[in-house]
Amino acid sequence: MEKPSLLTPEGLRLDGRKFDELRPLKIEVGILDNADGSAYLEQGGNKVIVAVYGPRELHPKHLSLPNRALIRTRYHMTPFSVEERKNPAPSRREIELSKVIREALEPSIFVNEYPRTAIDIFIEVLQADGGTRCASITAASVALADAGIPLRDLVAAVAVGKVEGRLVLDLNHLEDQYGEGDMPVAMMPVLNAVTLLQADGLFTPREFKEGLELAKKGIMEVYKVQREALRKRYARLIKGARSLEE
Amino acid sequence: MLKRGERLDGRKLDQVREISIETNFIEKAEGSALVRIGKTMVVAGVKLSLGSPFPDAPDKGVIIVNTELIPIASPVFEPGPPGEEDVEIARVVDRGIRSSNALDLSKLSIIPGKRCWIVYVDIYALNHDGNLMDACALAAVSALLTAKKKRVSVEGDSIKIVEEEEPLPMKDRPVFITIGKIGDNLIVDPNYEEELIMDSRITFAITEDGKISAIQKGEAGYLTCEEVINASELAFRISKEIRKLLPALPKVS
Repeated sequence: MEKPSLLTPEGLRLDGRKFDELRPLKIEVGILDNADGSAYLEQGGNKVIVAVYGPRELHPKHLSLPNRALIRTRYHMTPFSVEERKNPAPSRREIELSKVIREALEPSIFVNEYPRTAIDIFIEVLQADGGTRCASITAASVALADAGIPLRDLVAAVAVGKVEGRLVLDLNHLEDQYGEGDMPVAMMPVLNAVTLLQADGLFTPREFKEGLELAKKGIMEVYKVQREALRKRYARLIKGARSLEE
Repeated sequence: MLKRGERLDGRKLDQVREISIETNFIEKAEGSALVRIGKTMVVAGVKLSLGSPFPDAPDKGVIIVNTELIPIASPVFEPGPPGEEDVEIARVVDRGIRSSNALDLSKLSIIPGKRCWIVYVDIYALNHDGNLMDACALAAVSALLTAKKKRVSVEGDSIKIVEEEEPLPMKDRPVFITIGKIGDNLIVDPNYEEELIMDSRITFAITEDGKISAIQKGEAGYLTCEEVINASELAFRISKEIRKLLPALPKVS
């Protein structure tokens, strides 16, 4: 396919966004009944569902850690989530992403509170539109909070990219595929802590610094949506509890 | 000790261990490199074969990077298919090479849409004393820089392999620098013991002209934004020194 032009003459992106604009982001909390915590997220064309089970007993026991919880993460894309059907067997990409997503979320969890247990985070991408690892981290952090697991902070994530020489926030699939660089970032915003940082493509030292600043801005906006989603959930729960009392 | 600027093995915080690179020692491989960083040792081999290009890049050759952290290298590695550590290293090394266009894939096409060279880079850890990422990358790049391939001549639909040899079309020599974080300290080229206690690590792949072609933060800790920038500056500076040890870019005839 011939490479499409990704920026209009006015500097707007193909979907009409400005360079520092996020795609519309929606998060629903506690939508799965069996899971201890859950979240469903939509960001642009991304549709991601996350379930958290835990802290729970770890089988086989020899895997358990004596003084802390073991965090396990599975990132997986459904075969119908992408244009060309994806083989359901875990790909090397999914293996790497499961690792980096776990390492992005683990710093936020007080693992020492639950020795010898497992906290399992299961992520399923139902539809992919660029930036799925960031969307997954964002949703999983909310699901962890929904499970009542004590957290240092939420983890919010967004990908910055380079498109026709310009840095842009929250890459969609086309921009990711045809752009010149992709840098996913996750942070615990209050702690100014970067928990995920990857890049591919070419960045000058200055583009790298500016890209980080742009990512921070996007992360603060994602963080707001996460907190609002959790607030709404707890408000519903409190209302429900109050009506039980009456 | 770290606060005084000293590490357990006597190195300064920004000091890399002694590096040795030996190339072309596996005659049956098109390219090979044995790399030592301190006691860490890895071997990379380059093999070429004819194949089909990917449908979305019909006029480009293909590079496939694979890494195995085999039990030979350490009591902590178990036999079995590549795990998440193996896959991570392979994919980061691949990205650092691919994004910098260090291997010019457009020069590896033979018949566009039909036939191209497939360059396999297979990296095996032989002794694990920390920083396998940088050692594997150094071995992969060194092997590619010194590899020899046969020439091909194309007549219509048939491909003839000529005995004459030429180097691979290499355009850059990316260097990977990994920095570990222990407490508030950033240490370059962590050894095994340092890796056991470090909070997190970050790897930068830096091209010959000082651009970043890959970044990978690893381990379940975090870095502050400031630490990330400081680490990148360390990587820029030190990559220049390490690049002096790499084989030169092959001359194009």
